Amino acid sequence: MGQEIDNIVMDEPKVDEMKKKNKKENASWNIVQVSRHPKRPILQDYISHIVENFVELHGDRYFSDDKAMIGGFAEIGGQKIMLIGHNKGKKTNENIERNFGMAKPDGYRKALRLMKLAQRFNIPVVTFIDTPGAFPGLEAEERGQAEAIAKNLTEMASIEVPIVCVVIGEGGSGGALGIGVGDRILMLSNAIYSVISPEGCASILWRDAAFAPDAAEAMNITAKPLLKHGIIDEIIEEPGEGAHTDVKTVAESIKTSILKNIKPLQKLSIDELIQSRFEKFSAMGKFTVNK
Amino acid sequence: MAWFSEAITERKKTKKDLWVKCKKCGSHIYADEWKKNLNVCPSCNYHGAITSYERINLLFDKGSFKELFDNISPKDSLNFVDLKGSYKDKYEANIKKTGISESVVTGHGKMNGIPVVIAVMDFRFLGGSLGSGTGEKILQAANYAHDHNLPYIVFSASGGARMQEGALSLMQMAKTCAGVARLNRKNIPYVSVLTNPTTGGVSASYAMMGDINVSEPGALIAFAGRRVIEQTIGENLPDDFQTAEYLREHGFVDSIVNRKDLKDYLTNVLSYYNR
Ligand SMILES: [Zn+2]
Repeated sequence: MGQEIDNIVMDEPKVDEMKKKNKKENASWNIVQVSRHPKRPILQDYISHIVENFVELHGDRYFSDDKAMIGGFAEIGGQKIMLIGHNKGKKTNENIERNFGMAKPDGYRKALRLMKLAQRFNIPVVTFIDTPGAFPGLEAEERGQAEAIAKNLTEMASIEVPIVCVVIGEGGSGGALGIGVGDRILMLSNAIYSVISPEGCASILWRDAAFAPDAAEAMNITAKPLLKHGIIDEIIEEPGEGAHTDVKTVAESIKTSILKNIKPLQKLSIDELIQSRFEKFSAMGKFTVNK
Repeated sequence: MAWFSEAITERKKTKKDLWVKCKKCGSHIYADEWKKNLNVCPSCNYHGAITSYERINLLFDKGSFKELFDNISPKDSLNFVDLKGSYKDKYEANIKKTGISESVVTGHGKMNGIPVVIAVMDFRFLGGSLGSGTGEKILQAANYAHDHNLPYIVFSASGGARMQEGALSLMQMAKTCAGVARLNRKNIPYVSVLTNPTTGGVSASYAMMGDINVSEPGALIAFAGRRVIEQTIGENLPDDFQTAEYLREHGFVDSIVNRKDLKDYLTNVLSYYNR
């Protein structure tokens, strides 16, 4: 999603090549590695640990059922919610079926359909963000990837139930934000959230994807700076080396944090809720005001 | 902005190029004719780039345009430095070069007597990228339209979100769409004009959300870049892929209108607004 979009090279550089070229390994880049760790817990892991009575719902009612985006009625600690999230896989066959968590327009339209359903049923929406980005493919463009994401950003601003978003792994640009407009944005301590992948940014601004670690650091894609800049509201700490070392504990922390954050939102009237969501996103960004 | 007009005169004085070469058909066109034809190629109808103020002059009834929110400019809140230097140096150079303070000009005025609020993006300014200042101006203009019950028109020309502001720029997609949502709730018309190019995060936010989406002939309108898609699917894409015509064919653009006809098209559409 860069400004010279045609120059983006998505190929991930080989690790040794990277090490040769780039000696500036840094904290952000380490977190990128953890967020993409092959054993990193995915939405399905958290569902099996903290969700009861998951009633999965399928299809966008227009074209297909996108397996890269799943959702349905769910209970977390007795709280009924509409659960929506990117659906990565771990095994190769899972990842192929789920398109590595890269949703097509059908996925974003399914997500919106379920949010409207949540509004009908008057239950909060909880979204789980974990995607390298929206799928860049011919059919996705043809069916309106841009429109589908834009529509979600616009409609989520007016959904009349609380929305809590949790960034659990990769928050890859518009594809992440497409289910990321909420009243509270929570983020795991080793997750990332970024306007473009570090590789994509590096290949444009550094003319070489091997500078991804520098781009990762420069773009402030980790939880701490994002909290400071007001993009997220809360960091959910991961134990030890990362979430993959203790899924159960992380799942419990996510559950606690979701429940804690839903509560105050449920006390707001619809008007207050919509207004505070509008004000939250209105306040995002930093610019200079000249005299 | 005195230094702005100075910069323009300076450019005129040193201008050597009497001919413009059309990017599409390669025709050489006398610069004055190119300008008179609104930067559109007389041979092949290629719609060349146009600055915000040129666009505004074309659209608004003489003397009716009042600029708003021109006190907003970028901020380098991440202290972003890449190989070529700092973001701050880059945008300061762009302010000097273009005479505008952000990648969009906002204001209100009358088009064929119809009062409207407008935001016109300028591709010269950091590739029309969507930064925090851009998002703020587009939102504030939407809010102005909301508060004054006026139709809102946005002209997009952008490569997408501005990487040098990290996730702050990503959030401008949500911020601008929140402004569109507010117009929707109040039933205020919002017309989006997608000009060459409208890609990435701008296509995936306010640009695609018009109650009416209009485009100029041949404009590139895309979410993902052509090369990325070709790499993903491993085959070549059709020639007209991601053009305005392709988008209309697939149901995302209402109409493709020549630059010279846009003012009348827009006011004709807005003449149906009965509130
Ligand atoms: Zn031509």
